[in-house]
Amino acid sequence: MALRDVHIAGFAQLPNSHDLDDYDEAEMVQEITERALADAGLRREDVGFTCSGSNDYVMGRPFSFTMAIDGLGAWPPIRESHVEMDGAWAMYEAYVRLQHGDVDVALVYCFGKSSLGSVDKVHTYELDPYSLAPLQVDPHSLAAMQARMLLEQGLITEAELAHIACRARRDGNKNPNAPHSDEADADALLAQPYVREPLRAHDLPTRTDGAACIVLRVGGGGPRIRGIAHIMDQHQPGSRDLTDAVSARQALEAAGGADGVTVAELHAPYTTQVAVLKRAMGLDDEVAINPSGGAIPACTPMVAGLVRIGEAAMAVRHGAPAAIGHATSGSLLQHNLVCVLEAE
Amino acid sequence: MTTVELVSPFVLEYAYKRSTGPVIGRFLTALRAGRIEGVRTATGRVLCPPVEYDPETGEDIVDFVEVGPEGTVTTWTWVAEPEPGQPLSEPFAYALVKLDGADTAMLHALKCGKDALVTGMRVRAVFAAERSGMITDLAYFQPADLPAPELVPVPAEHPVTRFKAPVHAEYTVAAGATTAEFLRGILRKELNGRRCPSCDKIYIPPRGSCPLCGVRTSEVVPLAQKGTVTTFSIIRIPFEGQVLEPPYAAAHVLLDGADVPLLHIVGDCDVDDVRMGMRVEAVWVEDLQPTLASVRYFRPIDEPDATYESFKEHV
Ligand SMILES: [Zn+2]
Repeated sequence: MALRDVHIAGFAQLPNSHDLDDYDEAEMVQEITERALADAGLRREDVGFTCSGSNDYVMGRPFSFTMAIDGLGAWPPIRESHVEMDGAWAMYEAYVRLQHGDVDVALVYCFGKSSLGSVDKVHTYELDPYSLAPLQVDPHSLAAMQARMLLEQGLITEAELAHIACRARRDGNKNPNAPHSDEADADALLAQPYVREPLRAHDLPTRTDGAACIVLRVGGGGPRIRGIAHIMDQHQPGSRDLTDAVSARQALEAAGGADGVTVAELHAPYTTQVAVLKRAMGLDDEVAINPSGGAIPACTPMVAGLVRIGEAAMAVRHGAPAAIGHATSGSLLQHNLVCVLEAE
Repeated sequence: MTTVELVSPFVLEYAYKRSTGPVIGRFLTALRAGRIEGVRTATGRVLCPPVEYDPETGEDIVDFVEVGPEGTVTTWTWVAEPEPGQPLSEPFAYALVKLDGADTAMLHALKCGKDALVTGMRVRAVFAAERSGMITDLAYFQPADLPAPELVPVPAEHPVTRFKAPVHAEYTVAAGATTAEFLRGILRKELNGRRCPSCDKIYIPPRGSCPLCGVRTSEVVPLAQKGTVTTFSIIRIPFEGQVLEPPYAAAHVLLDGADVPLLHIVGDCDVDDVRMGMRVEAVWVEDLQPTLASVRYFRPIDEPDATYESFKEHV
């Protein structure tokens, strides 16, 4: 059976910022869903399926997603689902739901706040509860062990990492939805101390608050989804090759490949992971990587992945023939989702 | 009072235990005894830490193999300022260690002078003196050429089947603009709702968006401090964290003019007199704080009960 053509009809995000104290969950959701529907030229009544991504440990509230629904105007009751993951996976569910054939418009949203607590600490609870979580190994330490492998195997240099950081900050500063980063040249960055050797502050994500929404529609124009796929690698960091991201490569193939792609928005919170993903997905220098700045200057938990897909859609809307939106979940690029978008 | 920062500390804790299953249970039982065991897959690979199924084929694992206690560091990082809960309180390294006899590496702490750290270095497992069947029974790795402390035996009658896996996360919760506006009103003994511009419903505590219409609420509406008990429950048993002395009445109070009831307490009367339709008014505490507890309770007033018809939409 042929798949139905699904388009990204609308996209909206709140500016990723150091805190969104003024917004509660429902208020974030109200604003982004209203704006994304307006962007799509649709109304709430047109939506046949709604799916969201968020995480209670990030928000510090059990069942926080149920409160967020107050922002939707869910009366009369709606068909609704939720993933305890980045919104990119909510979009995957919505895409599959649209293939059922009985509804044509899906609303996907996500929200997260880093400002409420320690996202680093929360991330330790996503690790294997038997062999890793009791060790409280933080994400920066994990990324640093991956980085050392890349450096010691000669796959990248610290100077190249600093250049990736410089470009991410420069591009992020041009993005109205990313917070301001202080810009410095690579030599100045390399003079800074290590946070987790061999990673310095510029290699690490800036934790932000934010929310985003995508409207999917069968037909109707806008960037078309060539394919969307997600594939997961083994969990244990010592049981896979951390210098590669096999599942990202496989997901790209399953999503229709990179033919014609000129822009790739990669959900890489660390400079090293930009390099790993670029090589794993076989993206050459003709492909613009993270023109939005990516997830280093603005890393909102549960949101940064869906924002990558939204930014890729905007790139197609503004003339790119095709673009990749990538999201990651788990630690050290364990689980990767790729959505390939193309102009009609 | 606009300078009051309406934030509150919040601690989320779960006292979970985890069951281990037979494979992880055997691994942890061995750790408690001071041995490290990996699992062998059908293709002959030895995985440590063990997993329950071959990650490449999904087949059952074949058997258990003792590995280590020495191994080789495949990568590491330095933690200069350890967080509470991490394996060591002094500066240490996290490392991946491929134990002798294993084909995969185990992540753990490495206690070592920073200058001696190098990928490829040989290390040895050091076991905690007190062991209960957790990954932290292996306390840390240390350079293999340092003398290892003698293993302290621990009694081990039963195989490990579960262990404590508590969750503890700390937050600072901000009230948000809409709730902050409501709480600042309380400091002036005001109970302010918000009106939906689409359906005209008035919410208290106020909501920033109407859950029925999905639009932002706009207008702040001061509400009467009198209302009607729409439903109630008498709390007669004590529970952990209880603030009031039982018995007491928790009630939904529909303030005059509001469209949703407010959950609060009815006081100044015998709990057996509390009833649906009872008319009540707010009683404030002396020392007003930005919290709904600044209303001490609602007390009965000398008005005829409201008819069920008048509040049945709000029960
Ligand atoms: Zn309304």
